[in-house]
Amino acid sequence: MRAGADETSGGYGEAPGGAKEEILARIRTATGDGPAPPPVARDYRTAEQPAGLDGEALLELLVDRLVDYRALVRRSTTAMVAATVVAALTERGVRRVAVADGILPQGLDRLEPGIELVGDDPPLTPAQLDGLDGVLTGCAVAIAETGTIVLDAGPGQGRRVLSLVPDYHLVVVTAAQVVGGVPQAVARLDPTRPQTWISGPSATSDIELDRVEGVHGPRTLEVIVCS
Amino acid sequence: MSQVFLGMPTAPPGVGHLRGRRPFPEAARTALGDAQLRRNLAKATGTIRAKRAAVVGEVPDWAELRTAGAAIKDQVLAGLDGYLVQLEEQVTARGGVVHWARDATEANRIVTGLVRAAGADEVVKVKSMATQEIGLNEALAAAGIAAWETDLAELIVQLGHDSPSHILVPAIHRNRAEIREIFLREMGKVGLPAPADLTDQPRALAEAARLHLRRKFLEARVAVSGANFAVAETGTLAVVESEGNGRMCLTLPRTLITVMGIEKLVPTWRDLEVFLQLLPRSSTGERMNPYTSMWTGVHEGDGPSEFHLVLLDNGRTATLADPQGRAALRCIRCSACLNVCPVYERTGGHAYGSVYPGPIGAVLSPQLTGVEDNASLPYASTLCGACYDVCPVAIDIPQMLVHLRSRVVDAKRDHKLPTPEQAVMAAAAYAMDSPARWTAALRAARLGRLLGGRRRKLTNLPPPLSAWTGTRDAPLPPRQSFRDWWAKR
Repeated sequence: MRAGADETSGGYGEAPGGAKEEILARIRTATGDGPAPPPVARDYRTAEQPAGLDGEALLELLVDRLVDYRALVRRSTTAMVAATVVAALTERGVRRVAVADGILPQGLDRLEPGIELVGDDPPLTPAQLDGLDGVLTGCAVAIAETGTIVLDAGPGQGRRVLSLVPDYHLVVVTAAQVVGGVPQAVARLDPTRPQTWISGPSATSDIELDRVEGVHGPRTLEVIVCS
Repeated sequence: MSQVFLGMPTAPPGVGHLRGRRPFPEAARTALGDAQLRRNLAKATGTIRAKRAAVVGEVPDWAELRTAGAAIKDQVLAGLDGYLVQLEEQVTARGGVVHWARDATEANRIVTGLVRAAGADEVVKVKSMATQEIGLNEALAAAGIAAWETDLAELIVQLGHDSPSHILVPAIHRNRAEIREIFLREMGKVGLPAPADLTDQPRALAEAARLHLRRKFLEARVAVSGANFAVAETGTLAVVESEGNGRMCLTLPRTLITVMGIEKLVPTWRDLEVFLQLLPRSSTGERMNPYTSMWTGVHEGDGPSEFHLVLLDNGRTATLADPQGRAALRCIRCSACLNVCPVYERTGGHAYGSVYPGPIGAVLSPQLTGVEDNASLPYASTLCGACYDVCPVAIDIPQMLVHLRSRVVDAKRDHKLPTPEQAVMAAAAYAMDSPARWTAALRAARLGRLLGGRRRKLTNLPPPLSAWTGTRDAPLPPRQSFRDWWAKR
């Protein structure tokens, strides 16, 4: 795996006089002149002291922000989620949908005939994923203020590639997963897990700053918010 | 090369894209003559300014976030050596490999070696300022490795054999009709051709790019990315994007190589709670960008099985060595300062010569290269201060520009022949040194009235004073100086 080492002199930076030692020495010379900077004042709305909403108002804000970034949104309840998932898939005309191994919404094993759930064991290849109509996942956290869904490869979410290659992504969010702002989400998440923060469908504004939904990621993001 | 600060090496010449071929005033004159360019820029910067103002305005604690952002970055710069070592330990412990590159040449050599070791002759790339700065695509091409840009705007730039003109929207100088022409002409030469009936609707153009690139994503074995942030305490890397091309590059290929400037660190995971609010609202004017990917080393069974992180100096330590200039390293590349700058709005990015255009480029590029190599950039500003107001990490760009102008003057002082500016300043100092000489000089200046034309302005002085009047009108000297008037009372 490290066959490149010979060709990357200075690459591992361990030899005396190597790039690492030299850069660190330059930094020490460059910064040796000043007093230590003052500590960081966190006077903004932190996770411990969030300002704002909770309960139903929080869910409404999330829905508002998701819609604003042109995600499709459905409200449901924990009891009714399976029916809502089926309705979404059926309306979309999705026949074959990838699901992460693990948790499915209760009752989802009794899907309408004609909808096939494709598990990721053995792992689906990107080409296989490209041939599916969509993907169904849960999430780790949802941020109301920014309309953001965070996936961290936890239960019901699967590998990062699952929610990337298919053109339609259906996400189930439960009320307990919704937080107000970014600091609360950061506090809940484990940085050592692979994370994907998703805010609306794939988009670009590269042509005359005209927003176009759908470039490389899923062109349609649909979110079921369960209370 | 300038060696002003403690002999700290700057970014080497002859590699990468930090130096323009022409000084700013000359390049700007060409740009100003391009009416299409000025229309594109005015529309684009106007749109994005309004979007930014709206989403920044809805955050009640923006000022506190900005203060915290600046403070966190200052902490990084003050303890950079320790944080880098910590980052290396964490990345290594989680299955990644860390490389150190003193400059562009070394970074290019490292990446080329890694791509060859992976047995690949092509790579897919996520938009990255650092790899543009070091000229990685050219270095890979010289080694027979094709590098495919996958960001839509970068693809437009690459297919158009062009160079980027904005940090965030590199093809801001192209309109839809030009982009359609480029796609029709060039896509077929390097892969899937654009459909023959391609229209100039942004949706159709984006769809053509999607189809063109999808095959490359599915086949690529190696990806090269930059990084927006790296967390020292955990070894976590973050890439912030919109289209999903970043996610494709960061998850599909077997090998991932990330090139990152040494200043892109934050000390703790928690610090991202500040920057993930500051960056998207400042750059694209969105509450949050569509996609942010974060990874820590190698994740078993999920994404690349080999991860290399290349830490790049290339003049950053030289920048760090100047206490009055180092705050430029706080920059998170949001490009808000470009969009509000009256100079950038009219000249566009190419006039700056460097991959870092606009106000931040005017303070960053000369520090990375040494001020002698980008001596005109600190003057490419009216010092109006709009850039400082919008900067999410509160870099006082106007003050830094003034400081760098003094460094440019100091650097020229060592030359044998005085510059016209030095000659004028020396003459002024001589005249002002004695009341008699000063009075005489003021009277002599009345002769200047003879040069005023019908507009009663000095518009066209002979060289070397033409350097002043080439871009500014000077008022005519008065018939009578204040001193003369006072003396006669």
